[in-house]
Amino acid sequence: MSIHDPQAPPEVRRDAATESQTDLSTEIRARHRAYRDGRAGGGVPEETGPVRDFAPYRSSLLRHPTKDLRHADPETVELLAPVFGERDIGPLEADLTAAHGGEPIGERIVVAGRVVDGAGRPVRGQLVEVWQANAGGRYVHKRDQHPAPIDPHFTGVGRTLTDDDGWYRFTTIKPGPYPWKNHVNAWRPAHIHFSLFGTDFTQRTVTQMYFPGDPLFALDPIYQSIRDPRARDRLVAVYDHSLTSHEWSTGYRWDIVLSGTSRTWSEPEDGDE
Amino acid sequence: MSDGTPRLRPTPGQTVGPFFGFALPYDRGHELVDPGTPGAVRLHGRVLDGAGRPVPDALLEIWHADPSGVVVRRTGAMLRDGTFTGWGRAATDREGGFWFRTLEPGPTPSASGPRRPAMIAVAVFARGLTDRLFTRAYLPDDGDPERAAALARDPFLAGLEPERRATLLAAREPDGSLRFDVRLQGEGETVFLDLGQGTPGHAPPEAADDLAHGVVRGVAAGPPPDPLDLPDPGGAVLSGVPSPPSRGVPPRA
Ligand SMILES: [Fe+2]
Repeated sequence: MSIHDPQAPPEVRRDAATESQTDLSTEIRARHRAYRDGRAGGGVPEETGPVRDFAPYRSSLLRHPTKDLRHADPETVELLAPVFGERDIGPLEADLTAAHGGEPIGERIVVAGRVVDGAGRPVRGQLVEVWQANAGGRYVHKRDQHPAPIDPHFTGVGRTLTDDDGWYRFTTIKPGPYPWKNHVNAWRPAHIHFSLFGTDFTQRTVTQMYFPGDPLFALDPIYQSIRDPRARDRLVAVYDHSLTSHEWSTGYRWDIVLSGTSRTWSEPEDGDE
Repeated sequence: MSDGTPRLRPTPGQTVGPFFGFALPYDRGHELVDPGTPGAVRLHGRVLDGAGRPVPDALLEIWHADPSGVVVRRTGAMLRDGTFTGWGRAATDREGGFWFRTLEPGPTPSASGPRRPAMIAVAVFARGLTDRLFTRAYLPDDGDPERAAALARDPFLAGLEPERRATLLAAREPDGSLRFDVRLQGEGETVFLDLGQGTPGHAPPEAADDLAHGVVRGVAAGPPPDPLDLPDPGGAVLSGVPSPPSRGVPPRA
């Protein structure tokens, strides 16, 4: 679908818009200020995830539900999760640098962490799926038009099961940032997409892991669709020298809590996040 | 948590983005059973945006009980080797369409009285959705008075306005298939669910979550209980649900 196609949806036609980063950043700041003021004034609950209605992310305009979510007590099936086993995935699928006929270009990294539920209990033997751009910021996906090179030795897809203590561990290449068509000169911070299953279906989560100190954070409407700064921080991995291997790869640690987005919590305000 | 254990703040969700197509869909992910399986049904529909246009980059997952109402706990959903696992995944096509071949779930026992109407839990992901959405596709009564009664007495469904309730009912097509459209926004917007134990800023409801003892969470929360929906004094059991198999995955870290 062309951006010049008059039949194209508005979010596609907006590709041709002249909205600048300054315009977008102004919108983002306004939404964040409203939340901050609401929190300061009391009465506005802490947000633990993104807001669904976040206009700076233009693709959300016609795709976010306008009605409130309806509370439903989870049914039996929703309190259980699908079960995956070692027969579902291959042993090499946690190493994104292997099995593609050669070493991919880029900064070799290990990303590891624990998946726990809201009570801190490990989520055991559960499926973790990842996908990402290559070191040049290019996805294998056929719709990715970014004119950066495809790496013949990298598809950017991995899967694994958490171990009995909830640990996952991937070996991969640090993805590059990439441009997208939200507005003029829009760039996504480098990220790895994660898909996670918990101990019940209500914990099903798809998210993105980011790298510390990325200068694009403040500019990115997707990352900033999470208005609470502490919640945003929870998506940023930390460099972990204990995961770094001598003359081989650097390491990042990212722990994941699957407790459902609107459940309550009771940890101290000054937790170790 | 009834035991006072702290609840950790969740890791926030983020959009699935446009480029999941080479990663999440997999061979026969939408075929929970093989063609020709007795009782196989096609569950199909479209995902539409607020302008009624198809959403060609959405992903749906379904998760449901087997025809006897038992939630199976078997591995093999990614192999599709003939094992029915109750879980499937389908990406939408260029017209926003998706389909699954599966078995119709039976009504599932609950902790709180009569069996619930049969339904399929659905998770929806899409570019443009900042976080995943949950909904349910309830099976139609097909003229069966018992199934009609189960739908009518369900406290969650009863609490919905009729036109909203209708968005959660799969329709029986003349060919026997089940039709379930997902409208993300606007006219006929699908009811999406908050399956949490209360919302931030509200007092945490007491909620047991020890599935090993067969107690279903959250029975005290939500709409007022239907008289037929009182907790079972004996503590209902998730009949037929074995414990998850231990897998003995070697530590990797
Ligand atoms: Fe991405």
